[in-house]
Amino acid sequence: MAIPIMYNIRSIKGRFSSAIVAVLSIAGVVAVLVAILAMSRGFRETLVASGSPLNAILLRGGANSEMESSIELSQVRIIADDPSVARDLSGRPLYSAETVVIASLPLKSTGTDANVQIRGVSRDAMTVRDNIRIVSGRLFTPGLSEIVVGRNAQASYKGFDLGKTLRFGGRDWTVVGVFDAGGSAFDSESWCDVRVLNQAYKRPDTLFQSMTVRLTAPSALTALKKTIGTDPRLTVSAKSEIAYYEDQSGMVTTLINVIGFLVAGVMGIGAVFGALNTMYSAVSSRTREIATLRAIGFSGGHVVVSFMIESMLIALLGGLAGSLIILPVNGFTASTINWQTFSHMSFAFSVTPGILISGIVFSLILGLIGGLFPAIRAARTPIATALREL
Amino acid sequence: MENISNPKETLITLIDIHKNYTRGSETIDVLKGVNLSICKGDFAAFMGPSGSGKTTLLNLLGGLDVPSKGQILIENEDIARMPEKKLTDWRARHVGFIFQLYNLIPVMTAFQNVELPLLLTRLSKKERRRHVETALAIVGLADRMSHYPRQLSGGQEQRVAIARAIVTDPTFLLCDEPTGDLDRKSANEILDLLTRLVNEHEKTVLMVTHDPLAANQAKVRFHLEKGELAHFDGGAA
Repeated sequence: MAIPIMYNIRSIKGRFSSAIVAVLSIAGVVAVLVAILAMSRGFRETLVASGSPLNAILLRGGANSEMESSIELSQVRIIADDPSVARDLSGRPLYSAETVVIASLPLKSTGTDANVQIRGVSRDAMTVRDNIRIVSGRLFTPGLSEIVVGRNAQASYKGFDLGKTLRFGGRDWTVVGVFDAGGSAFDSESWCDVRVLNQAYKRPDTLFQSMTVRLTAPSALTALKKTIGTDPRLTVSAKSEIAYYEDQSGMVTTLINVIGFLVAGVMGIGAVFGALNTMYSAVSSRTREIATLRAIGFSGGHVVVSFMIESMLIALLGGLAGSLIILPVNGFTASTINWQTFSHMSFAFSVTPGILISGIVFSLILGLIGGLFPAIRAARTPIATALREL
Repeated sequence: MENISNPKETLITLIDIHKNYTRGSETIDVLKGVNLSICKGDFAAFMGPSGSGKTTLLNLLGGLDVPSKGQILIENEDIARMPEKKLTDWRARHVGFIFQLYNLIPVMTAFQNVELPLLLTRLSKKERRRHVETALAIVGLADRMSHYPRQLSGGQEQRVAIARAIVTDPTFLLCDEPTGDLDRKSANEILDLLTRLVNEHEKTVLMVTHDPLAANQAKVRFHLEKGELAHFDGGAA
């Protein structure tokens, strides 16, 4: 049987003033790591929430985002006629051919201009995306220069108040409604009639950037892809809307994660030194105790394991403290540039149990590294010499 | 070789034990060819001035250190050539250590300190409790089981240390200045307890001491000087 863990717990308690340095430094690292992972997770969740398993998005073949895509009306019609596309009660296919433009509007927080994404949509857009609902005012009237704004866009930009008029694309637009997109990326957009938007930006009536269709079932995507592959008139590619937004989140989340782990890694090196210092001090102050345990018959391996456990207990305290400190950021809303659309997107930090576990596992790794060398030193100290230590 | 005129079975035999340390280019000979034997049930005291090699000899007997040369036969097994892992297991089974400064673990109660060596055995929790209670009863501290070392007097701490040393029923006890940090009254109580362990419980006790009164309690006394066994005294004090 190993040296009882109670020995380590009580030893930590007995010299907590020394352990607190390591606990706090590890707590700091874990708090930063969890915050960054929560940011990355929140960004991804916001984009992924924009997609529905029942929807497919179609872009020009080879295009990775709406910004670099174009689809002609003739192709929109062919796709709309495909049996994989769902229909309403009157038999009309459910789709939205869309155009997106970037308008520069002043932020409420700083007064500086930032890019907001304006999406021109077809009349069935709200039916295709059934998670979006008007929460105040009304939907824009087709053919008129009216816009409805997402909740986050309204909260972020000046001039998005209901009834206000603002100018972009060479004309004035009236804000007639506010919509709630359930925390998805659409909440950071403003929507209007796609034909009016095309006119304002002097684009042909027959050209769109993307087409979103409601499928009869998620599995109908395969049939739609087959149609696209076999019909020579079609030069588009289809993707599940969820997969599309997952891909969209990839660049930013990778960037956040890389920066996050770099920052946490550098801070982690500092924390490891904190843990090393604490554990070397623990070993040094308990040299005679360790020698006594060895003399009684506990092996060097027992001592290594015991001190590793002690180091990891300290690290665990740090990990738990860091997680608790950072927990209140869960749900905190921030905004950043979405590099795929070059527009601002609001998202909420998402502290999930998985992220907390990652933070705690990271703290245990720091404890493991910080405890290893002091533990080996403890086990290697000659017993006869150590017994004479005062 | 010094032989103890004792008809009892020989427990420990030291043959030509040398121990030297190297400090820089200098070699220090701490023990220079020590030969001795000790029988089961002996109470032996090792005396001598500081630096005479008493504690080094005790460390060698306890398997805490290895000699530079010579054999240490304990129950006919040479521990001087044992690999470290085997020596650690051997210590756990055969030796009970009693130190001058008691060396109790301060964050553990008397019960938990005494239980420590039993954690290396296959005894169940219930059996361990029974052994610990018996050991603490022998040293007269059955009512102090849940006390921490800081809540005990020096004499009581040393008695807990003795209970820890005897709880596994080791082959012999090694005591390094067991009364060195105690007042006279407590020292006498500890010496009486050690004598009782020899007389009533048939323990073999080897004790290093500076204290002539402590040495007088032993049945045999070895005198070390400059790393050599000067003489031994096997008569009653």
